[in-house]
Amino acid sequence: MTIGPDAYLLLSAVLFTIGVAGVLIRRNAIVVFMCVELMLNAVNLSLITFSRVRGGLDGQILSFFVMVVAAAEVVVGLGILVAIFRKRTGTNVDDVNLLKG
Amino acid sequence: MSPVLAATAAQNAELIGFIILAPLSVIAALGMVFNRNAVYSALLLVVNFFCLAVFYLLLSAQFVAAVQVIVYAGAIMVLFLFVLMLLGVERAEILHETIKGQRVAAVVLGVALLAGMAGAILTGVFQANEAGLAAANANGNVVGIGRLLFTKYTLAFEMTGVLLLVAGVGALVLGKTRPEDEQPRRRRTRTGTGDPGPLPDDEDDIPTPGEPVDTDEPLAEGAETDDDQEAPEREPVPVAAKPSETEGSKA
Repeated sequence: MTIGPDAYLLLSAVLFTIGVAGVLIRRNAIVVFMCVELMLNAVNLSLITFSRVRGGLDGQILSFFVMVVAAAEVVVGLGILVAIFRKRTGTNVDDVNLLKG
Repeated sequence: MSPVLAATAAQNAELIGFIILAPLSVIAALGMVFNRNAVYSALLLVVNFFCLAVFYLLLSAQFVAAVQVIVYAGAIMVLFLFVLMLLGVERAEILHETIKGQRVAAVVLGVALLAGMAGAILTGVFQANEAGLAAANANGNVVGIGRLLFTKYTLAFEMTGVLLLVAGVGALVLGKTRPEDEQPRRRRTRTGTGDPGPLPDDEDDIPTPGEPVDTDEPLAEGAETDDDQEAPEREPVPVAAKPSETEGSKA
């Protein structure tokens, strides 16, 4: 018995769904960020699975680029969070409803 | 060992690894979402990232697995934990819903999304013809990736370098304290801790919150020349009164 791509893709779908639910449910902005990271990782898993299905390395390179973009996103996002926290008292996402500082 | 036997052994290893780690990664992800403490969430996410790194190994993507451990489980999660500790972890999350029924709707829509994706996957379009990476990884996975990265994807690779530079500069700009932000913060910490500290020269006669404010009297006498002096003196009163409010609401 072997593990086909379906199993990996289903796992990726489950992880992505958990990430989506987390973004919608949680209020702590840092945890929301972590859920976004979880979704990016789920997509990476499916990209790498597709890479094996197609027999080329392009999918792996695309997932590498996704990781780079995720790193940049985390740096800027957490910088914004710290800047917001300097003016306010909490990290509740509903408190921040204006772009104005 | 014959090649056929080796192939079946590798498949068995993949099967065992998948069966053990797939539930673990799902449990870790669920625990991350539903844990109240954000630090536990971060640690469970690290568990999930390690599981994914093993999946990448099973899918013969060794380079991406190493990058996953170094970049995600190492750098990004350390950054998350650092910011968590910096902002304080003891704060309770506000649990009331801004939009009514939001959580139930989120779960229902999530299940619908999962059903849609699973239905698409289980139609079996990906099952039939798996090419495998034996040919692409013939010289080793890292060699193959490096060759593609510096020939076909050179432009994209260099753009990611620019992107990282811009992100670093952006984080620096966001993290910088401007001088106009600095002033109220210093007052707040001084009155908050009760430590008198060195007073700046223009703040010598700020009334403490309990004291009666007597700056109205010269205004009532109608001395117009005092106006330019009164304005900066009267302004700090609400600033000095602020910390008692915020402390009261915290406690």
